[in-house]
Amino acid sequence: MTEKLIFELGSPGRRGVEFPAGDVPATALHELLPREYLREQSPPLPEVGELDAVRHYVRLSRMNFGVDVGFYPLGSCTMKYNPKVAEDAAALNGFANLHPYQPAELSQGALRLMYETQQDLAEITGMDAFTLQPAAGAHGEMTGMLMIKAYLESKGETGRTKVIVPDSAHGTNPATATLCGFQVVEVKSDERGGVDLAALKQVLGPDVAALMLTNPSTLGLFEDHIIEIADLVHRAGGLLYYDGANLNAIMGYARPGDMGFDVVHLNLHKTFGTPHGGGGPGAGPVGVKAELEPFLPKPVVIKQGDSYLLDYKRPQSIGRVKAFYGNFGVVVKAYTYLRALGGRGLKQVSEFAVLNANYLMKRLSNHLRIPYRRVCMHEFVASPPRECKERGIKTLDIAKRLLDYGYHPPTVYFPLIVEEAIMIEPTETESKETLDRFADSLIKVLEEARENPETLKNAPYTTPVRRLDEVAAARKPVLGWFPE
Amino acid sequence: MRFIPHTEEERRQMLNLLGIENTDRLFEGIPREVRLNRELQVDGGLSEMELSRHMASLAEVNTGVDKTICFLGAGAYDHYVPSAVKHILSRSEFYTAYTPYQPEISQGVLQSIFEYQSMICLLTGMDVANASMYDGASALAEAALMACASTRRDRVVVARTVHPEYREVVRTYLYGPGIKISEAPYREGLTRAEDAAGLLDQNTAALLVQYPNFFGCIEDLRKLAEAAHSVGALLVVCADPIALGMLKSPGQCGADIVVGEGQPLGIPLSYGGPYLGFLACREKFLRKMPGRIVGQTTDVDGRRAYVLTLQAREQHIRRDKATSNICSNQALCALAATVYLSLVGRHGLRQVAELCLQKTAYARNLLAKLPGYRLPWQSPVFKEFVIETKVAPEIINRELLKHNILGGLDLGRYYPELAGHMLFCVTEKRSRREIDLLADRLGAMS
Repeated sequence: MTEKLIFELGSPGRRGVEFPAGDVPATALHELLPREYLREQSPPLPEVGELDAVRHYVRLSRMNFGVDVGFYPLGSCTMKYNPKVAEDAAALNGFANLHPYQPAELSQGALRLMYETQQDLAEITGMDAFTLQPAAGAHGEMTGMLMIKAYLESKGETGRTKVIVPDSAHGTNPATATLCGFQVVEVKSDERGGVDLAALKQVLGPDVAALMLTNPSTLGLFEDHIIEIADLVHRAGGLLYYDGANLNAIMGYARPGDMGFDVVHLNLHKTFGTPHGGGGPGAGPVGVKAELEPFLPKPVVIKQGDSYLLDYKRPQSIGRVKAFYGNFGVVVKAYTYLRALGGRGLKQVSEFAVLNANYLMKRLSNHLRIPYRRVCMHEFVASPPRECKERGIKTLDIAKRLLDYGYHPPTVYFPLIVEEAIMIEPTETESKETLDRFADSLIKVLEEARENPETLKNAPYTTPVRRLDEVAAARKPVLGWFPE
Repeated sequence: MRFIPHTEEERRQMLNLLGIENTDRLFEGIPREVRLNRELQVDGGLSEMELSRHMASLAEVNTGVDKTICFLGAGAYDHYVPSAVKHILSRSEFYTAYTPYQPEISQGVLQSIFEYQSMICLLTGMDVANASMYDGASALAEAALMACASTRRDRVVVARTVHPEYREVVRTYLYGPGIKISEAPYREGLTRAEDAAGLLDQNTAALLVQYPNFFGCIEDLRKLAEAAHSVGALLVVCADPIALGMLKSPGQCGADIVVGEGQPLGIPLSYGGPYLGFLACREKFLRKMPGRIVGQTTDVDGRRAYVLTLQAREQHIRRDKATSNICSNQALCALAATVYLSLVGRHGLRQVAELCLQKTAYARNLLAKLPGYRLPWQSPVFKEFVIETKVAPEIINRELLKHNILGGLDLGRYYPELAGHMLFCVTEKRSRREIDLLADRLGAMS
């Protein structure tokens, strides 16, 4: 199944939407603009009717896999169900039609929603204050690390130029630290999948600004030495940064703030049920302990008496990371989710996310190699059985074959420290029968790998397109359609 | 509501398989000292019916542009969104998908991004565009970093006519790597090439300007490009995509990197986000470009298909050596822009642009004739203009609101020297009657 490009559809002169003729007296263009400022020709955009466009994009949608289509156990991404009621809420006129510069008295409902979200996220994470401005997790990381930089500078600690990142960390962690002007120091993991304390001690010193940590880690394991780690980092004068990618495992059970973290970012599109949008928009709020609060991006939503307003008077603020106040539409969906769940419901989210992951790990434990044989949290990491390697079957082949069974494959080849990694995160919104069916399918794929490895090497067969030539795509990049 | 499907019986069966009596056993790895021994104090547990009512009641407290006559712009614009855009965006195959890491089942998002990249190139006159950025402001900041990386220089010059919040974002992004910024002044609402030239030198990576600028005035890009290029610096242009339907493309005027805010292309105002940053450049800067890029290729059966490409620039491969830390895009917003541009098409975009231009000219003339109001500058404008007012802008806006009019931005808030000046915006949605009403009300206040 392939679909023409929108540029290859339609017919010259056709339009998809009509606008009314102008109702003001028209002025000759050359009186309004110097002639040399005008295009000679309109940009060659498509010339299609509304039905042409609608069918084209509906056909494209049918070539796409989302959580609403099927099971999506993509580790580290928390592909849970996105409640429809939240979509409806964000689309309400009273939210979707607000201009960011309209007076605060016209936006009290929106500001209250933002304020309460800030408060709730602080309660869930054990932090003192939150900003909703960052647009994504990586954006939140940058915000948090710049606040750490500004905070240290305010204390005269300008010699702290290094940031420690475990070897199991998301790629965004080292990239962010570099973007913020720090040098990255990697520490290895120990044999239990946690931070190697001896290695950590060796790199800690007066030049360290922070340790960036994900807990549970990207291996799906709770860092049980967290108290000791926090103590070591703080005693060395550094700060502790929490990558909130895996918060879905511990809500209501433990809070980063209580573990000693100074700064956290969250992913509303992972933990708080907002859709991923095919790559965005998400939202990456950042929370801090009181000492770092003055450095939050401005403005912050505050409450004065019974009214809510945007506070710009923040002289120590790192400034802005985005125009306006963040991805408000995403925040509306997360707020709706919070009010659906409440404190008790959030704890159940984590309870069932962890139960589902352990159940699935158990179902697969005799079929996959599980490098860290511990209770996992919301996800687990595995490698294919040895016989796959002998038959030349890679994790990629298993992932591609799962496509034929109607699944989005797990995350593959991450974390980097596990050979041929397969990272499975079922989330709490999946039922037992879905997990069972997935386990059965994966076991069947592994059987195929033993008995008929070629089936896997050439998979998938039933998808709209089959394996792509990614090397050619990168070697001779064709990055757009251009008129002849 | 919990969105958790397990029955008590299923929960028991699962625990049985694990050989444990309750789920607390699964959390024993969390040290006692950091366990939370109380319930989270978060309101909730509402049924869907209660929740819908609660959300509607919060929304009702707000008054948006659907209930007022909006003359407010300044980076967020009340343009018409065709119905079909919303309907395509509500296809959950699109919005419940992750980043298209598995291209075989993600051709929908991938092809739509490929079309989006093509359209951005057509509008900007650039060779390549990425899959999108968080918003216009962060796209501008990333372009500044990209210019520094491409030229191996560590200073940028930003025009003061660039959106003040965008300049703040650029400042924040450049604080990390320690890149210095200077600001070019304006005259008659425009950045003069000779003023910019005074700040540009051999250490300058780029000159950053906006087109049309924050005041609605149309900068002379050709001269600014010459000034930048004469010292080996790049010209980075932050452009309004609707204006590009009729104005010469920045590429034609000599720009090297073009970014902008895509919100005018079918994305609701939504109190400032989510929006869409676009970023495009000349081919020679491709390897320093941040973010996702979709390329065309073929599958094993020879069918044309699309895939994320040139990923060796990105954080998940390059980690601390990546061109940026960005690991996502605004795919759904890019889809909105793509559907919008398909629907308005070649002729419609120009028509929308001309409607904005004509209506703005009409409003500007009308207001300029009112006693107590004065145009500070005569420079050509597109869909926004600045007017000096005798009465304080704050009082004017309060009075306008009584007549259901959302007035212009009080510029004194961002430019101390422009206290007593307002920035009005007139899109294609404003009718002559509404503009006349605005003039009436302003006239009554002078």
